[in-house]
Amino acid sequence: MKKIISILVENHAGVLSRISGLFSRRGFNIDSLAVGVTDNPSISRITLVATGNEYTIEQLEKQLNKLIEVIKVRTLDNDELLARELMMVKISVAAEKRSEVMTIAEIMNAKVIDISLTSMTLEISDTFFHLSRFEEIIRPYGIIEMVRTGTIAIQKGNDTLTV
Amino acid sequence: MIEAALAMVECLKKEGITTVFGYPGAAICPFYDHLYQSSIKHILVRQEQNGGHAANGYARITGKPAVCIATSGPGSTNLITAIATAYADSIPLIAITGQVSTDQIGKDVFQEVDMTGSVEPFVKHSYLVKDASQIPKIFKEAFYIAGSGRKGPVLIDVPFDIQKVNIDFNYPDSVDIRAYKPSSKGNSMQIKRIVQAIKEATKPLICAGGGVVASNSSKDIVELAYKIHAPIVTTMMGLDIIDGNDPLNLGMIGMHGNKISNTAMHNCDVLLLMGARVGDRAVTAPNLVSKSTKIIHIDIDPAEIGKNIHVDIPLVGDIGIIAQQMLDALPELKHEEWVNSILETKKPIIYKEPKLGFVNPKQVLSLLSQKAKDDTILVADVGQNQIWCANHFKVKKGRLLVNGGMGTMGYSVPAAIGAKFASPNVDVIAVCGDGSFQMNFMELATIMQHDVNLKIIVMRNTYLGMVRELQEKNYNTHEVAVSLKGSPDFVKLAEAYNIKAIRINSMENIDSVLNEFIAYPEPIILECIVSSDESTM
Repeated sequence: MKKIISILVENHAGVLSRISGLFSRRGFNIDSLAVGVTDNPSISRITLVATGNEYTIEQLEKQLNKLIEVIKVRTLDNDELLARELMMVKISVAAEKRSEVMTIAEIMNAKVIDISLTSMTLEISDTFFHLSRFEEIIRPYGIIEMVRTGTIAIQKGNDTLTV
Repeated sequence: MIEAALAMVECLKKEGITTVFGYPGAAICPFYDHLYQSSIKHILVRQEQNGGHAANGYARITGKPAVCIATSGPGSTNLITAIATAYADSIPLIAITGQVSTDQIGKDVFQEVDMTGSVEPFVKHSYLVKDASQIPKIFKEAFYIAGSGRKGPVLIDVPFDIQKVNIDFNYPDSVDIRAYKPSSKGNSMQIKRIVQAIKEATKPLICAGGGVVASNSSKDIVELAYKIHAPIVTTMMGLDIIDGNDPLNLGMIGMHGNKISNTAMHNCDVLLLMGARVGDRAVTAPNLVSKSTKIIHIDIDPAEIGKNIHVDIPLVGDIGIIAQQMLDALPELKHEEWVNSILETKKPIIYKEPKLGFVNPKQVLSLLSQKAKDDTILVADVGQNQIWCANHFKVKKGRLLVNGGMGTMGYSVPAAIGAKFASPNVDVIAVCGDGSFQMNFMELATIMQHDVNLKIIVMRNTYLGMVRELQEKNYNTHEVAVSLKGSPDFVKLAEAYNIKAIRINSMENIDSVLNEFIAYPEPIILECIVSSDESTM
């Protein structure tokens, strides 16, 4: 089962390597990992997506909590979160197909951010699943290059994860 | 303003450090230069790993973080096994390593190695010092982290140039790490549940591990056992919690444990795991512990609870404090039927006559524990000798130091050196095999140089006995790379170091030999000739 785990960490050099190292040596698999500073510049927030059963996720949380620089760990409730991932994709598009691609972009809530004689680059920010569907739809045009950030997530409503 | 290297020495003094173990080199020379002028005693080991083990032995006696030092590159990497050993057994160490200058880091210069990266999987925490002014804060934190919660090793890697920066020295009075607040007191609701479960038990059993020793609460656990009338089994790390001859002590569990204690683990109806992490050598098949047994797991590290065994009542906290909370809440209980049924099966061990030309190592250790002073510290190495010590040396009021988690050969002599410095008036005996002795006998020089009055027993069976036994059982008796032929004459070797040595190859004069061994006022080595057929169990 896919789970989204949010981790608040000290914004120190080397923290990310401690966390990613922990995953590999304890045999946990990470699907994606995204990290950035929070509104408090001394704290970074890591969002990671991992697959595992209840035992694995519990162990993972406990092992993460043992790291001195890990301030808080929370496995977010899948129904109570807002998740987003950013994707940029470059596809090969001849001039006559441009408007077709733009229609798809409009329907799927993507943006055209660059264009050349033979290609278009699109940006889309949405859930992991929406991005994957978008990828499926534009694949026939010919994907030249694609990059995704990994999921970030925040809890719905007034629920907060702060220090 | 003082030099950062001097500040490092001052930090150690503030932490009450009087003895350190290490091996110098270019990158740590500024620090050594100030050590030279300080009151701190530096013990020069003969290989960095042994400095780590010596600090390990020292820390286990004092209960506080002990310090080992190495230089950058190979000096630090030699220390790695000792750090991993300390981590596996939750021993508080401060490892100080020199590092190449900050402007050279990452350039693969002479004697450069990424030390913080190398030890990350088995340190509790680590620091690569980049700002000299942070040294007092870092040392204060390092000592606090190493010695609190679940104890463990902390590395401080200090680049050469950083050691030479002048800083303001103000040692902090307190530590505030927002993400590190180890819990100590047990949750009172959980204590209530535990008390209720113990009251309802008819066949309670305490399984005590290294956590009890780490929290300095052996006496409380024994008191608890008597109050609730529950026998105690121990893991290897918990062997010295209770007197080896105490009637409620059933001895060691696990792969190399005895039948009575393993049977009790299966038959009890309430199992109190206290400071025991249910390691694979202690509980070889956690799923075989009866489903109807109620398991209570008390540990300072939440990650250990539920990791290896299903738990009915978990409780996080310091074993000593929790034991007191439990003692306060529990009435005197009696379980005569259960306890007597176990005690009936306890029989004294009958030692077999060894073959001609050999001693019986198990009997030697049994006799040694009868003759040794009550407070003797025995340090076992790894291999058959370790299991022989665990099962046949009955600790009284002293200690039995083993490295249970990592199984690091060569541990005994350096750890015994550390233990002796921590407790100079107590007899310290290291027991090793001829394999492990050849991994640490360079430390005989350390013993002589620093007047360490150590007693060493070498069980010589000319084999890596435990591996040989494994090959015999599981690999069609294919004896591969386990013969130790070519080993030196250990008595002559001792002579070369100017250390007295005795060799015995029969049980004939064992009493007088052991008496002499114990009474001898200077370092002494006893070489016991053991048959290669001698089994571990």
